Amino acid sequence: MKNSAMPPLEPAAEAQTVASLEAKAILLLVMMVSLICGFVLYLMFARGVFESTQELVLTSDDSEGVIAGMDLTFSGFPIGRVQRTELADDGKVRIAIRVPRKQAHWLRTSSVFTMERGLVGETRIRAFTGVLTDPPLPDGATRAVLRGDTSAEIPRLVASVRAVLDNLANMTAADSSLNTSLANVQGATARLGGRYGMLGGALGSDENAMKLITALDHVNALLAKTDQRVFGQRGVMQDAQATIVQLNAVLTDARTSLKKVDGVLAEAQAVGANARLASGDLGALRSEVDASLRKVTNLVDEINRKWPFARDTEIKLP
Amino acid sequence: MHCAGHFFISITVSPSRTNAVRYDSRMHPTLQSTLQPAAWRLKLSRLLASWWYLLHLGAITLVLALSPSTWRSANRIAAARLIYTSTWQVLPWFTVLSTLVSLVMIRIVLITAMSYGLSQYALEMMVRVLVLELIPLAAALFVALRAGLTFNDRGGFTERISAPATNDLALSDSPTLAQLRRDLVPQVIAGTFAVLSLAIVSSVIVLVLAYLNVYGLSPWGLEEYTRTVGRVFDPVVSVGFALKSILFGLAVATIPSVAVLEMRTRGIAIGSSVQPGAIRLLSVLVVIEACMLGVKYL
Repeated sequence: MKNSAMPPLEPAAEAQTVASLEAKAILLLVMMVSLICGFVLYLMFARGVFESTQELVLTSDDSEGVIAGMDLTFSGFPIGRVQRTELADDGKVRIAIRVPRKQAHWLRTSSVFTMERGLVGETRIRAFTGVLTDPPLPDGATRAVLRGDTSAEIPRLVASVRAVLDNLANMTAADSSLNTSLANVQGATARLGGRYGMLGGALGSDENAMKLITALDHVNALLAKTDQRVFGQRGVMQDAQATIVQLNAVLTDARTSLKKVDGVLAEAQAVGANARLASGDLGALRSEVDASLRKVTNLVDEINRKWPFARDTEIKLP
Repeated sequence: MHCAGHFFISITVSPSRTNAVRYDSRMHPTLQSTLQPAAWRLKLSRLLASWWYLLHLGAITLVLALSPSTWRSANRIAAARLIYTSTWQVLPWFTVLSTLVSLVMIRIVLITAMSYGLSQYALEMMVRVLVLELIPLAAALFVALRAGLTFNDRGGFTERISAPATNDLALSDSPTLAQLRRDLVPQVIAGTFAVLSLAIVSSVIVLVLAYLNVYGLSPWGLEEYTRTVGRVFDPVVSVGFALKSILFGLAVATIPSVAVLEMRTRGIAIGSSVQPGAIRLLSVLVVIEACMLGVKYL
């Protein structure tokens, strides 16, 4: 682009300028082409074009939030990338994931895959491997993914909150039992602050409290009189005390009498023992008397037989 | 052209008060003429013809640029000269400016994202907003602005292509293929190359700056960063980015030059000091940007 204000260049200088221009332009072209090629190569590397991968297919009943290019993470580190999502013949969603072979050793046959969706942010697919010594996951393996959806919990949460709010509204309504109770408490506290204080609150009104106080006064007067009659001069208690002294004397006499009775009983016991001995001798005596009587009877019978006054014992037959 | 931007209003006070204000006949179409329905058809046909001229000439230029017979020594030198002017001289300044602006935007995005606890999305957002959208647009506008400055330079492209010294372009004649090869094709090649160069250099610098802002000088974030960049630049986005940059370059290089040519060949006076085709260029850039956004995000 020649400027008209510039003086015309000499032919040699112009040729040098042209050569310099061409060199700069070629340098610029080479730089840009190499830059573009480098950028494209970097993007291809970033996209995992040069990586050797294996496929893992996760099946789910919902692919909401899953997009091609999102990561499969293990302990927070991305170890795979979603390649595509498709609908299977049975209506389930098939999520094809490319896992680089150098990262594939984190996935075992016992690995569990979850898909979580939070309120904010994208859906996350995670892998959990409990036993790292299990056999490695084969290429092209198909696994079911467990879903945890925060937004799916919201309707249930809202229903529960609504029930709680309804209960709260019922509790705080003008004719609610809570309000009535509070009104009663307020009445009770007002009575507590009245002339007769807690007594008036407990009994319901000041009149009742006044009656109770009058009754208490009467009771007090009665107690004073009772005290005088019981504990005063010539009171009941004094007589009772004298009676108790006399009772003590009577008891002392009774104790003496009982000791005498004890002696009598001891003697009676001795008499009883003697009587037992005597009754033992009586048996022998009786046997002797029986023997003597038998002998007398025999003697009488002998006399009767020998005596003329003997009865005619002969029996005369006709 | 010297009187085109001025309005001559002669006010004649007549006794009958019927023609209180009378416009000079050399004026541009005024409110009266635009309000007439008959003039609409004429304006519409002119507009369509103008767009067709642009598309036709643009297509011819592209075909010429791709044909080997164009790249003779003289044209190569012209292209090298223009590339030197439009890219080599601009690249340092544009790089410095875009680096500064990008640094400010990266800091804003990063700090805002961190304050909301969304720092894991900051990097992706920076790459998407800066590299994919803002930098190509800024490069295109920068090159277009510089082309406008060239237009105002009297020794520039428009003067040469319509100069009588060439003896092969008369007023109200279309430019010949030789003229297009000599003047327009190097211009378009240089403009497109300038937009692509500025965009790619600034993009790379922004990617490096974003990494340094997020991870510092540590090399341990490189894997994660590469993964994020890879996630952003999926095939659709990558092709869209390249296509958008090329279309921006072609639009910036072609539309103003063709607009000037159209004015020269059709004898249309330049109505204002605005660069011819500037509005058209801006609308085309907006349409390209909107289409690309629609393809990417809808």
